[in-house]
Amino acid sequence: MENLTFDLAQTSLRELNQFLHNDAKKGEVDKVTVLNPDGAHNIAVGLDCPVTVEVHGHAGYYAGGMNKTARVVIHGSAGTGVGENMMSGVVHVKGFASNGAGASAHGGLLVIDGDAGLRCGISLKGGDIVVGGSVGSFSAFMAQAGRMVICGDAGDALGDSLYEAVLYVRGNIKSMGADTQIEPMSDADYAAVADLLRQAGIEHNPKEFKRVASKRELYYWNADANQEY
Amino acid sequence: MEAKPIKHLSKEESAGYDRKTLDYIRNAAAHGLYEIRGMGAKRKLPNFDDLVFLGASLSRYALEGYREKCSTKTILGTRFAKKPIELETPITIAGMSFGALSANVKEALGRAATEVGTSTTTGDGGMTPEERLSSKTLVYQCLPSRYGFNPDDVRRADAIEVVIGQGAKPGGGGMLLGQKVSARVAGMRTLPAGVDQRSACRHPDWTGPDDLAIKIQELREMTDWEKPIYVKVGATRTFNDVKLAVHAGADVIVVDGMQGGTAATQTCFIEHIGIPTLAALRQAVDALEDLDMKGKVQLIISGGVRTGPDVAKALAMGADAVAIGQGVMIAMGCNGETYCQGGQHHSAIADYAALGTAPGFCHHCHTGKCPVGITTQDEILEQRLEPMVGAKHLKNYLKTLNMELTTIARACGKQNVHHLEREDLVALTVEAAAMARLPLAGTSWVPGFSGY
Ligand code: SF4
Repeated sequence: MENLTFDLAQTSLRELNQFLHNDAKKGEVDKVTVLNPDGAHNIAVGLDCPVTVEVHGHAGYYAGGMNKTARVVIHGSAGTGVGENMMSGVVHVKGFASNGAGASAHGGLLVIDGDAGLRCGISLKGGDIVVGGSVGSFSAFMAQAGRMVICGDAGDALGDSLYEAVLYVRGNIKSMGADTQIEPMSDADYAAVADLLRQAGIEHNPKEFKRVASKRELYYWNADANQEY
Repeated sequence: MEAKPIKHLSKEESAGYDRKTLDYIRNAAAHGLYEIRGMGAKRKLPNFDDLVFLGASLSRYALEGYREKCSTKTILGTRFAKKPIELETPITIAGMSFGALSANVKEALGRAATEVGTSTTTGDGGMTPEERLSSKTLVYQCLPSRYGFNPDDVRRADAIEVVIGQGAKPGGGGMLLGQKVSARVAGMRTLPAGVDQRSACRHPDWTGPDDLAIKIQELREMTDWEKPIYVKVGATRTFNDVKLAVHAGADVIVVDGMQGGTAATQTCFIEHIGIPTLAALRQAVDALEDLDMKGKVQLIISGGVRTGPDVAKALAMGADAVAIGQGVMIAMGCNGETYCQGGQHHSAIADYAALGTAPGFCHHCHTGKCPVGITTQDEILEQRLEPMVGAKHLKNYLKTLNMELTTIARACGKQNVHHLEREDLVALTVEAAAMARLPLAGTSWVPGFSGY
C-alpha cells in the first residue's frame, strides 16, 4: 500500500483534505504524511476511512476534528479543538494541546502526550481522552459520557456540571466543579485506567489514580440547591 | 349628622402591581425558581403590522394580479458554497428540535416543506431519520450543546447553520425539562433519561469572531466547500453581529428577533432580552449595505413572521427570506380547541384546563403535555398530530402566505418578490418609523434621521 506525502509548503490544505475525503476513502493509500503544517488550521478534518495521517510539525485549530475511523498523529503540538467531535479512530498529539481538546467527542481515543489547555474534554459525549501531562481549568465541563485519564494535575472547576462521564486523575486537583465528587476506585476502574494507558502508550500505575464522577444532585431543578447550576 | 356611606363605583388595580405582577411574585415565593415557558414574547411590540405598502397608482403601475408572472424563487448561499440552496419560496421553516417537537411533527414539517419547495431545519438534539427522509432540503444546526452532532449528518445535510443564539434567549442555552427527555431523546443527546436538560450557552470549541472564522472553515473543509454555511444570531447588537458574521465567512445570516419562539426558556429571558424583529432587520440590512454585501450574503429574518404581509414587508426591508416557527405550529393546531385524529375532531379543552390554560392562551410547550400533540414526547399525546394531517394544514398555510406575498408584490408593480424595496413602505407609528427607519405615513419624517 502506498504512502503519500503532502508538503503544505507546496500544496494547499484544500487539496490535502479533498484527497483524504475522496481518494483515501477508496482504500488505495493507507498512510499520508503531512510536512510543513506550520500551524495550519483544519488539517485532516472530517475523515471517514481507516487511513493514517502523520503530521510532522505543529497543527492549528481542529486537527483531526470530527474524525471517524482514521488515525491522525501530530508530531508536534495542536491548537484549539484538536479531535473535536470525533466519533471513532485515534487522534494522537505528541506535544501539547491547546484549549477545548476533544470537545464534544462522541467516541474514539484522543491521546495528548504533553499538557492540555483549558476546557479539555468539555461536553464529552462518549470519547476517551488520555492526557500525559496536566489539564487546564474547566476541563470536562458538562461532560456527558466517556472517560478522561489525566496523568498530571487538573486546574480549577474540574468536571463542573458533570453528567455521566468519569474522570481519573493522578495528580492534584486545584478545585472541583459543581456537583462533582471523588469516589473510590473499583477493580473495573483500575482495569479501565490500565487499558486506556496501554492504548495511549503511557506508563503509570493505575493505583495512583483517583476517580471523579457526578454527584447527580443537579440533574433536576431544585430550589434548595442554592443556584449552584 | 353622620355622613352617608359612599358607594364606590370603581376598584382601582395598581398599574405597577397588577394581577400579572401579583401572580409573578406569588409564584416566585412559592417555588424559589424562575418561571419557564414556551412560545415567544407576549408583550406588545412594534412589528410588521405597523408598516403599510404604498402600492401602485399613477406614479407606479401595477401588475395584473392573476395573470402576470411574479417569481418567488429564492437562492441562499451564493457566496462560497458550491451548491447553494434553491427554494421555490422565500418562506422557510425555522430550526426546531426533535425533543421539543414530536417525531410526527418533524415528519409533517418535512413533508409540507418539500411539497411547497422550501427548507426545514433541525434543532438542538440532532437530525432524525424521519426529518431527513421527509425533507428535500434540510438545514443542519451546529449548536453549543452539540447534542447528537454527527459528521455523517453534516455530510447528509444540504446546509449547515452555526447557531450562536436565538431571539427568545440571546445569551442563553437550550433547555428541555425532564418530562420531555424520553428514552429516544436522551439517547440522541447522550443524557440520562428524564434529566432537566440545560445546555451550554457557548460553543465548546470556539469563542469570539476570529475563532468562528476558523470553525466555519472547518465545516467547509469537512464538506469540501459544497454546502452553504449559515450563522444564526439572536437579535441584540445586530449591526455589529451581522458584520462580524460576514467577516467570519458566513454565506447566509439568520437574525432571530425577540418575538421568536422557544420550547422552554425562562420568562425573564423571553420578555426582557433582545430587540424586536423590526429593529433587528433594519440593523442587519444596514450592516450588509455598509459592507457592500447585500445580495452576496443572504439574510433570513425570523421572530414573529406570521402572515403574507409580514413576509412581504420583511423582503421589502431587505431580507432575502424569512423563517417561521410559531406560525407553523399554529397552522398545525397549536392553541386550537380540537385536534384531528383518525379522521375525527376531538376536543382538547379539558387537557388545556389541566395545564391551567385554555386555547388561545397556551404557552405550555415546556411541560411536554401539549394538548394537541405538537410539543410532546408522550406516546399517547403525540398521536394527536398525524403527519399527513399536519402536513396538509402546514402546506395550506405556506401556500396562503406565498399567495399573499405575490399579491402584494404585483400591487407594487414587481415581477419578482425580491424586487420589493424599502421605498414601497411607510410606517404607521413613530416607534416603527424610528426602528425600521422608514417615513411616517404621509410625511417624509424618519425619526432621528430627517427634518423634524
Ligand atoms: S398548544 Fe402545544 S404547541 Fe401550542 S403552546 Fe400549547 S403546548 Fe405549546
